[in-house]
Formats: sequence, C-alpha cells, structure tokens
Amino acid sequence: MVSVRSIANTPSSLTPNDLPWIIEHREDRCTLCGQCAAVCPVGTLKLAYMRKRMPHLVLSATERGSSYKTFVGIRQSTEIGKRCIGCGTCAMVCPNEAIHPVANAERDRFRFVNSPQGEPAKRGGRRNAPGASLLDRIIFDRISMLTDPALDAGRHEFSCNTLLGRVLPPEEYVRRKLAGEWIPPVREIFPFVIGSMSFGALSPNMWLGLLQGVAYCNEVLGIPVVMATGEGGCPPWVLRSPFLKYIILQIASGYFGWDEIIRAIPEMQCDPAAIEIKYGQGAKPGDGGLLMWFKVSKLIARLRGVPEGVDLPSPPVHQTLYSIEESVMKMIQTMSMAWNFRVPVYPKISGSTSAKSVLNNLVRNPYAGALMIDGIDGGTGAAYNISMDATGHPIAANVRECYLDLCAQGKQNEIPIFAAGGVGKNGNVTQNGMALIMLGASGVHMGKFIMQSAAGCLGTESNRCNVCNIGLCPKGITSQNPKLYRRLDPDQVAQRVAETFMSIRTEMKKIMAPLGRSQSLPIGMSDALGIDDKDVAERLNIRYVC
Amino acid sequence: MCRLAMKTASEPFSPFSVLQAMEAMQEGYDGSGLGLLLRGLKFADYKYNAADPILSGIAHSEAALARLDHIMDKGGFTLKYDHEYDVKKAMIEAQDRHKYVLRVYKKPASWSKLSTQQVEHELMLTRLALRADGEAHGNDLTAFSLWPDVVMIKEVGWPLDIGIALGLDSGRITSRICMAQGRQNTNYGINLYACHPFFIQGVATMTNGENTAFIPIKDWLTGRAYPGYIGYQSDSEVFAHILHYVTKQLKLPLETYKHVITPLKNEELAVHPQGDFLRGLRDACRRLIIDGPNAVIGTLPDETSMLVMDAKKMRPATVGGKPGEWAIASEMCGVDAMIPDRDRSKDFQPMREHTVIIPPDRQELQIWSQFDQLPIHQAA
Repeated sequence: MVSVRSIANTPSSLTPNDLPWIIEHREDRCTLCGQCAAVCPVGTLKLAYMRKRMPHLVLSATERGSSYKTFVGIRQSTEIGKRCIGCGTCAMVCPNEAIHPVANAERDRFRFVNSPQGEPAKRGGRRNAPGASLLDRIIFDRISMLTDPALDAGRHEFSCNTLLGRVLPPEEYVRRKLAGEWIPPVREIFPFVIGSMSFGALSPNMWLGLLQGVAYCNEVLGIPVVMATGEGGCPPWVLRSPFLKYIILQIASGYFGWDEIIRAIPEMQCDPAAIEIKYGQGAKPGDGGLLMWFKVSKLIARLRGVPEGVDLPSPPVHQTLYSIEESVMKMIQTMSMAWNFRVPVYPKISGSTSAKSVLNNLVRNPYAGALMIDGIDGGTGAAYNISMDATGHPIAANVRECYLDLCAQGKQNEIPIFAAGGVGKNGNVTQNGMALIMLGASGVHMGKFIMQSAAGCLGTESNRCNVCNIGLCPKGITSQNPKLYRRLDPDQVAQRVAETFMSIRTEMKKIMAPLGRSQSLPIGMSDALGIDDKDVAERLNIRYVC
Repeated sequence: MCRLAMKTASEPFSPFSVLQAMEAMQEGYDGSGLGLLLRGLKFADYKYNAADPILSGIAHSEAALARLDHIMDKGGFTLKYDHEYDVKKAMIEAQDRHKYVLRVYKKPASWSKLSTQQVEHELMLTRLALRADGEAHGNDLTAFSLWPDVVMIKEVGWPLDIGIALGLDSGRITSRICMAQGRQNTNYGINLYACHPFFIQGVATMTNGENTAFIPIKDWLTGRAYPGYIGYQSDSEVFAHILHYVTKQLKLPLETYKHVITPLKNEELAVHPQGDFLRGLRDACRRLIIDGPNAVIGTLPDETSMLVMDAKKMRPATVGGKPGEWAIASEMCGVDAMIPDRDRSKDFQPMREHTVIIPPDRQELQIWSQFDQLPIHQAA
C-alpha cells in the first residue's frame, strides 16, 4: 500500500462519482470537435491529453518493456465551482451524441462539502422537491351530471378572467357611486400572471420576449395577461410605452429602479396594471433580493441607478418598516397617491403561518388592492439552499386558511388573494392554478413555469441546472452576458408565451365545462375539489376521494 | 327535473287549478315533493285582513305544537284564525305530521311603534326562532313562512295527491298568486326546507335547474351575517336570498337582479347607457353570479311576479296569459292547463337578457331587457 500523501486527498476532494451529475462520454463517437467544452457554462469539461501505458513483452535488452500512447479525451472537473450542473448543453451541441450528463443515482457526497470558505450552498431556480406536488394530486370531481345539456368547452363562451384590486362591498359601492365618491381601481386580468422576475435577473431578450408575448395575448388573442417586473425597475422605453398597462411594477426593499419610474410618471401614456410591494418571497423568506455583480451590466446599472459590476443586495426588510401595519399603510398609500389612486397597490408576502394577520390588516386598509402569498415552492434567481429547501410555508393550506378567514368576515370578494409557489412545477400549470383558485385564490403567479414553457429553461426539481444565480444560464434566460442571451430569440419567446396562454385558456375551459361553470371564475368552489388523502382533505376542507 | 307552475290573477283562484297544471307536466318529475306558495289570500271560512301575518309550517308532534304556541305567545302574537286543513292522512307518505299549521296572528301590540322595516325584521326573527326550535328538537317543527298574506305548504309526495290530501280542492283557500314546484331538491339531501319555493321577508323564488356556483354564493351570503341567510339545503335557495339582497338590502329596482346574477359581458357593458355603474356592480356582486342552467320564477310582497333565465338559457320556461291573468310554467302544456283561453301567439319564452315582469295590476306583461336603461337615474 502506498502512502496517503501520494494521492490527492483533502477533506474536500471529490471524484466524479461524488458529484450530483456525472458526464458520460463515449470516446468511440467523439469527434474531438471541442464544442461541448466550449459551450459548458461552468467549464466543467476540458479536452485533455491523456497518456496510457501499453505494456508488452520484450525479450531484447535494448528495448523498453512498455510504451505509452497519448490520446485526447474529455475530463470532468471535480472542483466544487466547476462541477457539472447537468444542464445538458454539451449534449445539445454534440454532433455525434457522444456526451451527456447522467444524474448520480447515489446520494452525492458533494453536498457535504459544498461550503467552501464557509459560504453555505446557494443556487437559483427551485426547491428541488421532485414527484407529484400536493396541487398535482387535487382533482375536480363535482362533475355536473344532473343537468343537460352540459357545457361545451369548445363551443360555449367562458368567462375566465379575475379581478385585481380592492372591491367594495355592494352597499358601499352603490352608496359611493350615487354620491360620486372614489371607487378603488380594479383590473380585470387573466388569472394566470407571469410572476415577478426582474429586469436584471432575466436577460434583456427574455424580458423583451415576455413583454412581446404578453402584448400579443392582450391585443390579438384577447387574453388579458399581465406580468410583474420584480424588483429593479423597468426599461425606460417600456415605462413610456402603451405596454405599461400590462405590467405590474414591483417595489422592494432596495427600491431599485424607482428613480427611473418616478421620473417617468409625467410621461407615461397609461397607468401600470398594478404596484406590487414585495415584503417577502416564497423561495427565501426573510431574505432580500440579490443581484450578483456579474449580472449588473451597463444597462442594468443605468436602470437601477448604481455603478456597474457591483453586488446589489436588497435588505431583508423595508427600511421604513416598523411593523407591517405601518409599512402597509405608508407604502400602499404613497404608491396609490403617486398614480392618483388609479392603480391597485398590493403587498406580496412569503407563505407563512402569520399570513392571516397580514391579511386581516389589509382588510382594514381601504387602499389595499390584494394580497399575494408566495409559497415555499416558489422560485428565485438566487438564494441559500437552506432558505429554498426548508424555510417557508406550502401555499395550499395558506391560501385556504386565508380565504376561509375572509369568508368568515364576508369579505372574500373585497380583497383578492393571489397565490404562487410551485404552480406548474411539474407542468400541470392549469390544474395547479385552478385548484388554488377553487381553494380561494383569485389568481396565481407563475415564474419557473413560464421560463420553462416560454424559453426552454433547463431546470428541474432534480437539481438540473438551477444556476440562475451565477449569470451563466445556458439558454440565455437569466444572464446579462450578450454571448449567452443572444442564444434566446425574443420573437420565439413571444410566440411561446402566446402558445402557453392559449393552452392554459383551453385547459381552463376543459376544467370549468364539466363542473358546469362558465359565467365566472370558480373562485372558492371547494365543493368541486377532491384529494386521495384524508388528512389533507380535512386540512383544506375539501372532499376525500378514493 | 323539476316542474314549475305559477299563476297570478286579479281574482283569487284555487291552488288546485295550479296543481292540475303540474299534473299536465308530470312527465318531467318524479313526484318526490311539492312546494306551494299562496299570496293575496281569501279564506272561505274567515274574513282575512291582509296586514295580519300568517304562520305556515308543520308541527310534527303535539309537543312541537305546544312549543310553537309558547313561542308565539311569548312574542306577543295573538291567534286570530287557525285553519284546519281537511287532512286525509292515508294519502300522505310521511306519518309524523301532527298538524299542518296555517294560522293568522295579530302582530304584538308592542310593535306599533316600530318602522315597517323593523316589523319585517321581527317577523323574520320570529320565523327563525321557530325554525331553530324545531331543529333543536330533532326537526319536529318546521316553519316555512311568517308573513302577511302569504301561505306556504311543503310536503313529500305527488303534487296532486298532496293537494287532495290537504283538501285544497275544496275551495276553502283561494289566492291571487300561486307558485308550485314539483320535486324536492335532489342535488343535495332531501329535506322539507329544501323544497321550492324559498321564502324570505315576502320575497319568494322557485327554480328549475342546477346552480353550479352554489357554494361560493352560499359562502358569500352566509358572510353577510344576516340572520335570514341560512338554510341552503338546496342550491336554489340562494336565488331567493339574492333577490332579497338586491331589492331589500341594496334597495335597487327589480331589474337589477338580472344584472347581478347574470351580468353583461364587457363589450356589452361598453355600449350600455349605464355600463360604468353596472360594471362596478358586477365586480361588487361578483360572488352572486349564478351558473348552470336555471329558470327562476319569483314573486315579491307587492304581488309583482317575475321570470328570468340564466345567461345561457338552458332551462325552459314560458309565460302566457291575458290582462288580469297570467301563468308561467316550465312546460307550455302547464300554461295551457292554467290559462287555456289565451292568445298563444303572444306566449313568450325569455332569452338570456330578459326579465319578464308581471306588475301587481296584471294588465300587461313587461319584457325588460338587460340592454335597456335601468330605472335609476342617479347611476346614469
């Protein structure tokens, strides 16, 4: 046995087999073109010269007993920063299908040492909870069999839209209308909203593609889709464009981008769809946003009013925040006033057992336009693993509890609840969204799903890719590097956005028709829901079915 | 499916004629129940003062009847007339009906200082107290209505049989309005209260169809914390409560009811003279939008009758008649049976935008369209 020091052995040394993804490379098919190594976003692949010994029997004393052969092959880095992320871009470019990443079937040892320099593991993307989600398991079982003829999803008209904004109780509405008093602004929108993803987190091409697609949905398809900006403002030309009405502007604790927005107000052609005040997000409750320095390009720096190439952390809390009551009051009223009370303003919070308290506070604030609750399965551009994996509250029970609380007060029509966090994480976006709507949400936000559906995001719940945080998105979705984002054609993204929403609308009808619903979105129609788990059924106050 | 018949006439008529119309439509229902509402009453045995409240219900035992007496006495009501139905017990399926209550009371003297609205509220609370008392004692006491000039009967069985079993063919009771519905609510559980018509503070409706938006509407109405918005053993009960809410709580004209339950679409509101008001109303009353195929027939305390459809009009209903006498039924043969000598070419089947209104004078049929201007000038 050789001495230990003659082999590489530190506490953190890894072999390819210890990593989450292992590169499978077929030398017999490889043309050595090098494209895989050139395209690998994390640089895990390298073409390397390798030498192997060719022993053979020699009887002559003048010749050596072995010879060596040199060949060129692919090597996988075992450095933590350069580990394979499983994105599969190598397989995408390989002309001969000679290479692809394979998920390590063993529990990878990598996670135990993924804290170099004492920095805990971070990633972008998702919670990595594979398998059917709870929302995937909710079925729609109150099929209208009593009355004929049933509705026809293909032939009948369906009212699929929802309301965003404070709705007055009918008595108060009639009184104010007759007295000519202020009526809070309300937007009629499609209940599936493109959730907050900032211009900064997303590449310019992705953002433009989304906006083009949203505009097409509104102006050509008649689907009133809106999208939220996330923190970080909005490109100046969009602020002064007629497309602003499809955009929910977000203000978060860093207030990034708001100088630009406020300055643009006098020149705005229309009002934004709404203002979202971010207090928390589902993927990383208690954390502020973070835009890493390498994503702070010249454009982003200008938009946010900061120098180029610096980290942009938002504080976990709003600096003006003493309590949620005070903050909600101050910020909602300030934002409402900025647009002369013509724009709905609402807070976004992390899913939490305290969501009900926030909600009840909003109920008493006559300017609050909605409550957006983001559950633990929500996505993010960058977060510590610990936050993403284990901090937060699942959305279903949170929404249900809040809705039933509103029902008890008779105010379920006054403050719409929007839900997010895992909607469509396994592709079942309409099912997940409609389940949340029937549990009591007025609509849902989706982020990861739209990136996957509209831009081909490679991320999965099995921790594939999930490196939105490092600015090296292989598809060019979450990168500010022109070399990467030029891979994404905005027109194609726009087309996929339109296709996605057309498909959601049809699926909504396919759910609503058998339930006998067509006149209004079935918010709170919990009698239509069933699940094959007694405990969940009891918790959500829906039917247990088996 | 349910079958419905309603007749309104200037001259009182026997409810039995409406039950015969139900018989004409018998193919459509299973005879699982009958609900009757009579308004504008005339008793052969008693000169009735239309301001006196009438209690309708069933006492299923002697003890229940005693408790009923106790509650009414305690409330200060004075019994003026106790109608004894000529009951043929053998013809009734249920064997626990001790007494079908139809009693005329004099309002408590202490109410003389109360406003009309307060009196109406007290009447409702008394009815609810009777209902709660029955429910607390194994449902041995059922109170359908306590209201001036209104009688209600609900029973399980075949409509004509129930009519004969209660002696309604004798002509002892006649009325200017009779609403009848055959079949119990079968969407949810069988329950006497679940039988149409539904009643609250003089407002009554009966429905043919299925209200698929029942749960969200029920949840919203329950959240009003209004004592009368309870029950909901049937998905159709909400139609009565919405009509009550619109006319009595919001104090909006009857025509608004249609705008609440089946609001117009955006593009239609955009060209409506009161589109702005109606769009806001639609948002504010969003949880009251009905769904599924439904035909709703209603009557109001002033003897106005009405008929509306759901927005996709998937339940039939026909209205026909002549000045002084009108009938609404779910089948044409029902209208034929009630008013045979009318001009059939003037029969009307409302479409999704219509509200058919028969005003108390019963001289003509008003067909009001949702696209027309509403009779509220301030909102224009």
